[in-house]
Amino acid sequence: MINKQVNNIKEAVKGVKSGMTIMFGGFGLCGIPENSILQFSKMEIFRLTCISNNAGIDDFGLGLLLKRRQIKKMISSYVGENAEFEKQMLSGELEVDLIPQGTLAEKCRAGGAGIPAFYTPAGYGTEIQEDKEVRIYNGKPHILEEALSADFAFVKAWKGDPAGNLIFKGTARNFNPAMAMAGKITVAEVEEMLPAGEIHPNEVHLPGIFVQRIVLGKNYEKRIEQKTTI
Amino acid sequence: MAISKEQIAQRIAKELKNNTYVNLGIGIPTLVANFVPKGINVEFQSENGVLGMGPFPKENEIDPDMINAGKQTITTLPGAAIFDSTLSFAMIRGKHIGLTVLGAMEVSQSGDIANWKIPGKMVKGMGGAMDLVASADNIIVAMMHTNKKGKSKLLKKCSLPITGVKCVKKIVTNLAVIDVTPRGFLLLERAPGVSVEEIKSATQGKLIVKSQTPEMNI
Repeated sequence: MINKQVNNIKEAVKGVKSGMTIMFGGFGLCGIPENSILQFSKMEIFRLTCISNNAGIDDFGLGLLLKRRQIKKMISSYVGENAEFEKQMLSGELEVDLIPQGTLAEKCRAGGAGIPAFYTPAGYGTEIQEDKEVRIYNGKPHILEEALSADFAFVKAWKGDPAGNLIFKGTARNFNPAMAMAGKITVAEVEEMLPAGEIHPNEVHLPGIFVQRIVLGKNYEKRIEQKTTI
Repeated sequence: MAISKEQIAQRIAKELKNNTYVNLGIGIPTLVANFVPKGINVEFQSENGVLGMGPFPKENEIDPDMINAGKQTITTLPGAAIFDSTLSFAMIRGKHIGLTVLGAMEVSQSGDIANWKIPGKMVKGMGGAMDLVASADNIIVAMMHTNKKGKSKLLKKCSLPITGVKCVKKIVTNLAVIDVTPRGFLLLERAPGVSVEEIKSATQGKLIVKSQTPEMNI
């Protein structure tokens, strides 16, 4: 077994520098790497390009980094729910690249899977298609989309082991596995660290080969955006 | 009289076919889940990675790690499955979903849909809508017939940036049920008490009217 466990969040984020491209797993506030984001918000790192499906809310998630103006560019599919984001985007301070959600997920997967680009029907005939190659397959137009990779990917899992094997909980899985694959250095924070051998190989959601560092997280808030009950 | 948002959802629920997988968008489409007809069995997919979505949880069942694409807390039903975003969109792009119900800001008579951006005003992003409309064979739009200013949302051509081309098959509004055909909007049903003339005046695109237009049965 290759041991990837680091002792604390400071060690986990070592090497992150201003100007880097960073992926953050999560959908809304569900399954975001809370500890890593909080640590970023205490560091003097700026001009980041962040790839994340969403941009958090004003006072939580990536909203914390937006508030400190640490993000230069956001690559996302949906960025509602964040007034600070909207302000910085409309003023031109923040660059924003909006990508269809399935394309964004596939770009990450492709980046981690050695596929430099792929054709997808999503976005054909829309603004998204501009300047992209179009080809007809099965009688239908598709656009060429390129893979994404990142200097670092930060993901969040439920359980992990020192080998970096991960198990996710519920819909907190979302973008985490694909982004873990696409990071040059992938850091996984977990709610529970199990000794190697405690996770049955059959039950691993993401094999440890995609994870370079794993850290036991703490104090998870797990904020809910839309609490709905019957 | 024009029907309510709940009734739009109720009318769309009649389109559900037994043993199919269905993706519901945010807003009126979400309400469709409340009106699944007796004897019809469907499984709801949510693009953030769940198939077999159930009702909202009771207070003591809330789990922050279980949400839908609208970020609402949810439950799952027996037989449900959870997966990551790439697999979720493989289901969508790979045409494994039988029916997609979406909201819209505008629909054109050729079936183009606009629902993601108002330049200079609202730029929230398309989320999964572009992937959904590009691949789904069966798309129903649930929306009001006119916008808040009273302007038609069924147009000759979309004025807003579009989400997808020639993809909408059917539209259910507060006034009418309409099929999108190669010749234009075909009026199928009208809301109880709403006249064909009212629908015509609320529709900017080409509206094809047959000699008889029945009232919706809701």
